[in-house]
Amino acid sequence: MTKLRSSEITPEHIYLSRRAFMVGIGALAVGGLLNACGNNEEGVSVTPGPVSADSDELGDTLNSYRDITTYNNYYEFSTDKEAVARLSQGFQTTPWSIAVGGLVNNPKTYGIEDLRRFDQEERIYRLRCVEAWSMVIPWLGFPLRKLLDEVEPLSTAKYMRFETLYDPNQMPGQRDGWYQWPYIEGLRLDEAMNDLAILSTGLYGKELLPQNGAPIRLVVPWKYGFKSIKSIVKIDLVEEEPTSLWMAAAPHEYGFYANVNPDVPHPRWSQATERRIGELSRRETLPFNGYAEQVALLYADMDLRKFY
Amino acid sequence: MEWIKRRWLLLAVHSGALLPLALLLWDASRGDLTANPVQAITLRTGKAALVLLTLSLVCTPLSNMTGLKAALKLRKSLGLYAFFYVALHMLSFTGLDFAFDIGLIQQEIVEKRYILVGFAAFILLLPLAITSTRGWMRRLGKNWKRLHRLVYPAALLAAVHYVWVVKADIREPLLYGSAIAILLMLRVPSVRRAVGNVFARRNARQKSPAASTNNST
Repeated sequence: MTKLRSSEITPEHIYLSRRAFMVGIGALAVGGLLNACGNNEEGVSVTPGPVSADSDELGDTLNSYRDITTYNNYYEFSTDKEAVARLSQGFQTTPWSIAVGGLVNNPKTYGIEDLRRFDQEERIYRLRCVEAWSMVIPWLGFPLRKLLDEVEPLSTAKYMRFETLYDPNQMPGQRDGWYQWPYIEGLRLDEAMNDLAILSTGLYGKELLPQNGAPIRLVVPWKYGFKSIKSIVKIDLVEEEPTSLWMAAAPHEYGFYANVNPDVPHPRWSQATERRIGELSRRETLPFNGYAEQVALLYADMDLRKFY
Repeated sequence: MEWIKRRWLLLAVHSGALLPLALLLWDASRGDLTANPVQAITLRTGKAALVLLTLSLVCTPLSNMTGLKAALKLRKSLGLYAFFYVALHMLSFTGLDFAFDIGLIQQEIVEKRYILVGFAAFILLLPLAITSTRGWMRRLGKNWKRLHRLVYPAALLAAVHYVWVVKADIREPLLYGSAIAILLMLRVPSVRRAVGNVFARRNARQKSPAASTNNST
């Protein structure tokens, strides 16, 4: 069990100086921050389902269902995080099928209902965005490994390649030619086999909403959020390292691995600290987003500065 | 009423420039600043600052081209409002985001080049805001104008700051960057003369038909 590190506790002087600052800046900040913590809003579902705990294994409180469902990076709908929930309303998630193939013994096309039949577990994970904010989210899903067990990768398979739905009619962001749609992501096979890697179909005891990647998405909590590809329609086992959308868009800035690493700054952004959504002060970012015990071995003999 | 007629342009500038702040306060009071209000405040004050800074650079070439002298009177207000939002932007970044933790802020400035150039732009704008009063204008004499040319590099740095801050899609930042670049080019003496001539000729042409009508009657 990992203990709460003293570095995660905000020093008193930060609280105090912040308080002084708040008084100074007045209603602007205070009003905004307080209201943002719990206000209801029309048109947004704010009723979460049951969860098993109200914090993660480090003792960090879950983010609210509202925060999780209204602050979304999902460029297929919009680059505006607040607009995603609105623009993704009515996104068709049934029928939905996912073609699993490539270098496997049993290629198979699954309906979303087939995948919901895998035992769904609750996994409370931290999600760390490369933009240096983070949330704690109670996902529902099943280990990716279980899917691999069914399709049986061939010995030549070294990587998994994931693909998001391409449907510019439903996903207005895809009409924008700046990015090379569809969204592609990848994992090395041993990463995919790690117990932390899940395919998620729900959160907060409910089915995923479109803005969170419905009906099924990847969640790999030790990597930056963009690795956790949403609304998956195709999974292939391949021999070569897949090129993700972000690697293609900005090869010097986004690597294949994208492990959360406070010591390797993004070419433009420091990754040393992060803002937990709903908190006032920044906190230190943990290596592998706090999952080093489970995943550090995967990269034991790799230079993580080179393979960022 | 007479006063409003004379001052409508200035009134429009004041209310337009305060609108982003009013909207920010309104959204804050309703809790509409996203799940990440600190980021929202920083982004929105930064955008307002850039827009106003760009607009402040429009006045001089606009006046040169159209002879609209009233535009020159707006420069100071636009520039000061731009700095006002720059100051809010900096306060939000250093205070709200980093709780004035000097160590952390230093690390950010060193590791993030967009913060470095943004910070440089702020440093360049600071003396301009301070010396914006009549008193300083008198005291500095000719040097006042020289000093205030610092707004040119500051605006360019602000545009670079914006280009570097976005994730990948730099189209919008480039739009601001190009606008600022064009506005600066219009100040290069040879360009200014050439553009001035074009406008002078056009103005003359527009006037000449009217003149000929007058002659024939």
